[in-house]
Amino acid sequence: MADTNSSVVKGLAARHRWHPAEIAFWLAACASFFLLPGWHNFLNEVAILALFALSLDLILGYAGIVSLGHAAFLGFAAYTAGLFAKHVHPDPLIGLAVASLASTFVGFVTGFLVLRGNDLTRLMITIGVTLIFYEIANQMGDITGGADGLQGVEMAPLLGLFRFDMFGRTAHAYSLVTLFVMFLIARRIANSSFGMSLNAIRDNPLRAAAIGIPVNRRLIAVYTLAAAFAGVAGALQAQTAQFVGLDALSFEKSADVMLVLVIGGAGYLYGGIIGAIVFKILQDVLSSLTPQYWHFWIGLILVIIVLIGRDRISKGIAGALGVFRRKPAAAPSATAKAGG
Amino acid sequence: MLTVLFDGVAYGMLLFVLACGLSVTLGLMNFVNLAHGAFAMAGGYAAVYLTNKAGVPFLLSLPIAFIVPAAIGAVLERTLYAQLYGRPHLDHVLFSIGLVFMAMTTAEYFMHSTRQFPLIPDYLQGRIEVAGVGMGVYRLFLIVVCGLLTLLLQGVLVGTRFGSRLRAAVDDRRVASGLGINVGVIFVSTFAVGSGLAGLGGALAGEVVGLDPTFPLRLMLYFLIVVTVGGTTSITGPLAAALLLGIADVAGKYYGTNLVLFGYHLPQLGGFVIYVFMIVVLLVRPQGLFTRGR
Repeated sequence: MADTNSSVVKGLAARHRWHPAEIAFWLAACASFFLLPGWHNFLNEVAILALFALSLDLILGYAGIVSLGHAAFLGFAAYTAGLFAKHVHPDPLIGLAVASLASTFVGFVTGFLVLRGNDLTRLMITIGVTLIFYEIANQMGDITGGADGLQGVEMAPLLGLFRFDMFGRTAHAYSLVTLFVMFLIARRIANSSFGMSLNAIRDNPLRAAAIGIPVNRRLIAVYTLAAAFAGVAGALQAQTAQFVGLDALSFEKSADVMLVLVIGGAGYLYGGIIGAIVFKILQDVLSSLTPQYWHFWIGLILVIIVLIGRDRISKGIAGALGVFRRKPAAAPSATAKAGG
Repeated sequence: MLTVLFDGVAYGMLLFVLACGLSVTLGLMNFVNLAHGAFAMAGGYAAVYLTNKAGVPFLLSLPIAFIVPAAIGAVLERTLYAQLYGRPHLDHVLFSIGLVFMAMTTAEYFMHSTRQFPLIPDYLQGRIEVAGVGMGVYRLFLIVVCGLLTLLLQGVLVGTRFGSRLRAAVDDRRVASGLGINVGVIFVSTFAVGSGLAGLGGALAGEVVGLDPTFPLRLMLYFLIVVTVGGTTSITGPLAAALLLGIADVAGKYYGTNLVLFGYHLPQLGGFVIYVFMIVVLLVRPQGLFTRGR
C-alpha cells in the first residue's frame, strides 16, 4: 500500500519536472527572436495562434469538450481590446487584462450552455454562440466598423518604453513573453489535481462523478479558463495588428485552430504550439502557391489526417522533433456510450 | 401575416428536403456529417450550370441535380465515410470540415465566387393571389414538390420492405445485421439518396437563396438544427422542426426592425432568431423537441 502511494507520488512529481527537451524548446523559441530578425511579424502570428490553440487544448485535450466556436472568445476579446485602446486607454497591458477579463466573463456565462447534451449539441451551441457574436459585430457597424473591420487602433508603447514598430520586434517579444507566461500557468494547472480531474471527466464523466468529482463545476471552470486564455490571444492579435477584422469571429477561425491542435496533438500542451508552427508555415507556403484556394489544401490535410489517424500523426511529429515523454492523450470519447 | 406564414412553410419544406438525408446519416451511422451542405451545393451548381450554360430546362435539370450528388455520395461513402464509422465524433467533425473546405474552394475555382441563380422558366415566376393572400408561384411550386417528396419518403419508409429494414437498422444496427439485414447496402443506398435529396434541395433553393461557394457553411447550422431539434427516429420530427425553423426565420427577418438606441444601431433581430431558438431548445430538451428521451 505504501509502495503504491509512493509510486503515485513519484509519478505525479515527474509530471511537474521540466524535461530537458522542454527547456530546449523554450530556449529555441527565445533564440528565434534574435536569430530570425526578418521574421518578427510571422513569428508574432505564430505565437498568438499557439496561445489560441493552447486555450482550445485546455477544453478539448484535457476536458474533451468539442468546440467549433472557440473564435467567439478570440474575436470578442480582440474587439474589446481594440475598442478599449481606441476609446479608453491605449496602454497594451491594461488592455490585455481588460479584454481577457471580459472574455473570461463571456466564457463563464456561455459555459453553462455547453454542459447539456452530447458532442453534437455542444458543437451546435458553440457554433451558434459564435454566429451570434459575428452577427452582432457585423451589424453594429457604428461601433465595430462592421465588414470593414475596426480601424484606427493605436497602442501606447509597451511598459512606456517599447514602441510597436513596423518590423514587429516589440510585437514579437510581447507575444512570445505572454505566451510563455500563459503556458506556465497552463502547465501548472494541467499538472494539478484539477487538471487530472479534467482528464477523468474526459475519459468517463459518469465514473468521474461517481468518485466525487463535481463534473459540471469543473467543466464550467475549465471553459472559463480557456476563454481567458483565448481572450489574451485575441487581445494580442488586436494590439499587435492594430486592427480587428470580422474574420476573428468567423467559423474558419474556429476550424483552423482545431486543425492546429489536431496537427500538434491534443492533451499535452505543446501540441498547440507545434501545430501553430507547422500550420503557419503550411499556410505561408500554400497561399504563395495558390493564394485564393489555400483552404483546399487545409481541407485535404484534415481529411488525410483523419484517415491516417490523428494519434499516429501527432506522435510522428512529436517523435520527429524528439520531444516529450508523455504520449498525446487518447481521443476524447465522451460519446462512446451513445449510439451503437 | 399569412404571406409570412406561407413563405415560412415553403422555406421549411425546402429545408426539410435539404436536411432529411443528414437525419438518416446521423441516425443510422451516428456520423456527424458537416459536409452535407457540400452535396446540396453540388446539386445546386449542377442546376445552375445546366440551365444557364447548357440550356437544359429547369425541370429537367432537377433529376440530374439529384443524380450527380447521389453518385458522389455513394462513392465517398464506400471509399471514405465507411472507414470512419465508430470513430470519435471529433474525427467525423474534422473529416467533414475538411471536405467542406475542399468543396468550397473547388466550387470557387470552377464557378467563381459570385452568387448565381439557376434559370427559372417564366411559368414558375410571378405571384398569384388566393383568398387575399399573395403567394409566389415558385414558393407554391416548392411546397408542392417538397410535399410530394415528403409523402414519397414517408411511403417508402413505412410501406416498403426496404423502409422497414432501414428503420430496423436505425433502431439497432447490431440486432438488424444479426437478423440478416445487409446493413452496409442500406448505409450506402440511404447515404446516396440523402445526398441526392440534398442536391435536389440545393437546386430548388438556388432561386431562393442563390448559390455561392460559402453555401455549405451558410446552411450547415440550419441542417444541424433540423436534425437535432427534430430527432432522427422519424420523418415527421425533422419535418416539423424544419417547418418551425422556416417560419421562425422568415418571421424573424420580416418583423425584425431596425432599432436605434442611444444613437447606435442595435443589431436586427432577424439574424438571431434561429440561433436563440436553437440554443433555447437544446438547453431545455437536449435530445430534441420531437423525440422520446433515451
